[in-house]
Amino acid sequence: MSERVAVRKTYKLYIGGKFPRSESGRSYLVQSGENSTANVALASRKDARDAVVAARAAGSGWAGATAYNRGQILYRAAEMLEGRREQFVALGITGDEVDAATDRWVWYAGWSDKLPQVRGGVNPVAGPYLNLSTPEPTGVVAVVAPAAPALLGLVSVIAPAIVSGNTVVVAASPTDPLAAVTLAEVLATADLPAGVVNILTGRLQETVPSLAGHRDVNALDLAGVADAELATGLEVKAAENLKRVLRPVPTNHDWYADPGLARMTALLETKTVWHPKGG
Amino acid sequence: MFEYAPAPESRSVVRLQPAYGLFVGGEFVDPTDGDSFTSINPASEEVLAEVAAGGVGDVDRAVRAARTAYDRVWGPMPGRDRAKYLFRIARLIQERSRELAVLESLDNGKPIKESRDVDLPLVAAHFFYYAGWADKLDHAGFGPNPRPLGVAAQIIPWNFPLLMLAWKIAPALATGNTVVLKPAETTPLTALLFAEICQQADLPAGVVNIVTGAGETGRALVEHHDVDKVAFTGSTEVGRAIARAVAGRDTKLTLELGGKAANIVFDDAPVDQAVEGIVNGIFFNQGHVCCAGSRLLLQESVADQVLASLKRRVAQLRVGDPLDKNSDIGAINSAAQLARISELADAGAAEGAQRWSPPCELPEQGFWFAPTIFTGVTQAHRIAREEIFGPVLSVLTFRTPAEAVEKANNTPYGLSAGVWTEKGSRMLWLAERLRAGVVWANTFNKFDPTSPFGGYQESGYGREGGRHGLEAYLNV
Amino acid sequence: MTATAMSARSDLTELGRSETALRAFLHGLPGVDQVGAQQRAAQLGTRSIKTTAKAWAIDLAIRMVDLTTLEGADTPGRVRALAAKALRPDPADPSCPHVGAVCVYPSMVPYVAEVLRGPASGAGPAGAAAAPAGAGVVHLASVATAFPAGQAPLEIKLADTRAAVAAGADEIDMVINRSAFLTGRYQEVYDEIVAVREACGPAHLKVILETGELSTYDNVRRASWLAMLAGADFIKTSTGKVPAAATPPVTLVMLEAVRDFRAATGRQVGVKPAGGIKTTKDAIKYLVLVNETVGADWLDPDWFRFGASSLLNDLLMQRTKLTTGDYAGPDYFTRD
Repeated sequence: MSERVAVRKTYKLYIGGKFPRSESGRSYLVQSGENSTANVALASRKDARDAVVAARAAGSGWAGATAYNRGQILYRAAEMLEGRREQFVALGITGDEVDAATDRWVWYAGWSDKLPQVRGGVNPVAGPYLNLSTPEPTGVVAVVAPAAPALLGLVSVIAPAIVSGNTVVVAASPTDPLAAVTLAEVLATADLPAGVVNILTGRLQETVPSLAGHRDVNALDLAGVADAELATGLEVKAAENLKRVLRPVPTNHDWYADPGLARMTALLETKTVWHPKGG
Repeated sequence: MFEYAPAPESRSVVRLQPAYGLFVGGEFVDPTDGDSFTSINPASEEVLAEVAAGGVGDVDRAVRAARTAYDRVWGPMPGRDRAKYLFRIARLIQERSRELAVLESLDNGKPIKESRDVDLPLVAAHFFYYAGWADKLDHAGFGPNPRPLGVAAQIIPWNFPLLMLAWKIAPALATGNTVVLKPAETTPLTALLFAEICQQADLPAGVVNIVTGAGETGRALVEHHDVDKVAFTGSTEVGRAIARAVAGRDTKLTLELGGKAANIVFDDAPVDQAVEGIVNGIFFNQGHVCCAGSRLLLQESVADQVLASLKRRVAQLRVGDPLDKNSDIGAINSAAQLARISELADAGAAEGAQRWSPPCELPEQGFWFAPTIFTGVTQAHRIAREEIFGPVLSVLTFRTPAEAVEKANNTPYGLSAGVWTEKGSRMLWLAERLRAGVVWANTFNKFDPTSPFGGYQESGYGREGGRHGLEAYLNV
Repeated sequence: MTATAMSARSDLTELGRSETALRAFLHGLPGVDQVGAQQRAAQLGTRSIKTTAKAWAIDLAIRMVDLTTLEGADTPGRVRALAAKALRPDPADPSCPHVGAVCVYPSMVPYVAEVLRGPASGAGPAGAAAAPAGAGVVHLASVATAFPAGQAPLEIKLADTRAAVAAGADEIDMVINRSAFLTGRYQEVYDEIVAVREACGPAHLKVILETGELSTYDNVRRASWLAMLAGADFIKTSTGKVPAAATPPVTLVMLEAVRDFRAATGRQVGVKPAGGIKTTKDAIKYLVLVNETVGADWLDPDWFRFGASSLLNDLLMQRTKLTTGDYAGPDYFTRD
């Protein structure tokens, strides 16, 4: 009996809820498991621009969804990820990492309707006014995913950005992009609205500078930028429209540790409302 | 005439057993020293099932099961894992929501549209919300590493059986406590179905224990020496007795009791929405709502006009079969409650208030009370002071914002209030002065798991829901 | 309704004489809380209308359809076909009622009249007399007043109206001057409606508020009153030419306005949601809204209409489903 010939997967970008090839038509070769390789889309600056457009378009709907609804969707992402555990293991990711990534979705899912309670509140101003501060998402966030751990690192930068209503354009780890594309498949089946998460694969030097300079991007997370000089250059570009910048994360960072609130709160604006009180 | 044909929700989704035991240590068990009673459908008086009445020994057994689970499993378990069990329960409730909604309407008498569209979504949302807190307690504002209390005794009323269960169990479990819950005597069935859901979720045995029974069972639970926390929702009278019973003990107590809420309508109110809010305030769930807007305070300059609109609207309410998807008002929960409502309504008429009900045909079987509005009510009338817990609205008038505040606050209760005005600053001015735990502005009877709920004064103490709801179950 | 508005009927007729009085009145109407209005409409949307109630509602809805085509590409052939369908929506079933009206552009009115009323000799086979027994005539509605934008001089709007009536329209669907309304020139809006009302002669006047452009429910309520004060026989939500057309909450607010207007003046005004109502389920939701907001008095084609085109076929399919028990397919009904 002859052995069944496997059907191999095409790894594409994830933009606006769809899985297009790079508009440039280019791809590059990566290892996909022990004995096989895959061609991964090599995103261009135009792909990055399209991704920003998609993220911006998704922004008002996502930020306007109820916190409860966003929490449900993030939890659904955990359910989907748990269900595809073996798929990630086949890519060479340890089971422990997949479990940690799943738990991270659960952790952030619970924050959607609690963050405003922890970060907002009434301010007792000296006068007959109600004065109320509430956190709001900052907008479109460009994220450079950590090179490793490919899955846990990725989830750990995406989830805290989107839980509060931001939308993201993620530059995936160039050396390990398959986890990112596979995660996109998880998100596409988790009821996440199109455009909330957009994932680019390819060379950071190509996509990230254009994201850092893009005037319709509100924040830049440099988590995965290992080259200090590149990071500074990107931060300088980001200064042009005063993007909120998260600096690179040291490569020895323990992504398994309690993530705390910092990555969420860095991507929030605070809005304060005054209203008189009078009969 | 547009006559709506009957649109009954199918009962077949519910599979009731003829008899139920107590849920102790993860299993259904027969009572050792207890008795049994029947739970009926208040819309038809049909017997639904026989239910165990837990005795003192049964309560002790349940508390011991809860203690063991607390010491060995649930207390030491990381919050992250507790969260996962609660998320599972939330999902199971969503998946089985139709079954739970139909059973709730059968056992309680509330219209299916309310159990389906209000109760069940809120129940699931409550578990979701508190599931998320289980691993975030360090961030809840109570200092680092707040600790659970231990075993919580929880007693809930019959008006929102499953929702009150969720309000009690979700925060208790999220914070690491184990519970013994006693559902109300007339509405035990959804709690028992919830016990099955705990089994389906593989919740460790003894974390949730459900002991059915009447007042004596509740008393045994409150008086048990090994409970660290008592949470009660119900009448102010019983709340007082419980406060006395735990006096001098190292037992944390929260109480959510009665109310006589003022719903205040100003002359600049959005009238059509105000009328909807008044109707929702007093006729939602047959008025079996502790925070019901049972005292309508109308500004005199619009009183006649609002009242005319209100009567026109009330005449549209459809009273009847709780399982009919078009019923707005279902059955009164029990013969005893019907007698109490009737007694107070008669007193209102005898004291000189004008009684009005729309023409409406009530079914022959079961317990029913037509929506009723009393006008010409003064602060001195019993129907303006006592909680009726039924579809009976008392209408009073006022002239100025200050008078509205004075009348609204002129009650020993303080659970909720409503304000209707298009003027934001007046609304906030009033909200600041109203002695009530919840103030609804241009809306009424809104609930959300993130929003704390509870009363001032004789409406009880402690809050359920929101970040504040954690405090009731933490050693802080 | 404010207490002052309720007080004296004669006051209301005076309002149109002064911009100040109009403004004070319209801005004195009670506000509409957006969240509350939307929730009320959504709650009524959960009513479950089954079996006999559904059959009754479907036939009523068919009788309320203003079968509409308002395209630049409309031709005599197309509108004749539509008019024939209006008379006999389901040729296979003689018990199926005819629709309320056909609604077209003024230039298409003569061709519709030909089918609905027969040639001048009256010898045509498809005249109103051929409609199912016991039913009234199929009305012939024409949009006018520089529909849909209404951005034309008044004389042109009036000429447009007179031409449509002369060609045989017995109902005129006019658009209000949104530009004037949104800049607070209520007198201008009012005067224009009064003038068109006059130009209509015996024809009924439906006044399109274009609620999607008015944006708030407070504006919808004010525009409803303004139109009714100026003499509208019907108030209509939309042209169907802007993205936001009829919605249940907008229709709810308009129904509340006609209810309060009748209470204040004794005159009953009809309501026509138009645009975006495509399914039987939608139509029944609107009928529930009518039933529970203004009651049986408005549950009649004389007082409530649907401006729609594709809705009719869905109603016919659902009607067939109720009789046969099987779901119908679109291929079994005429497409125009």
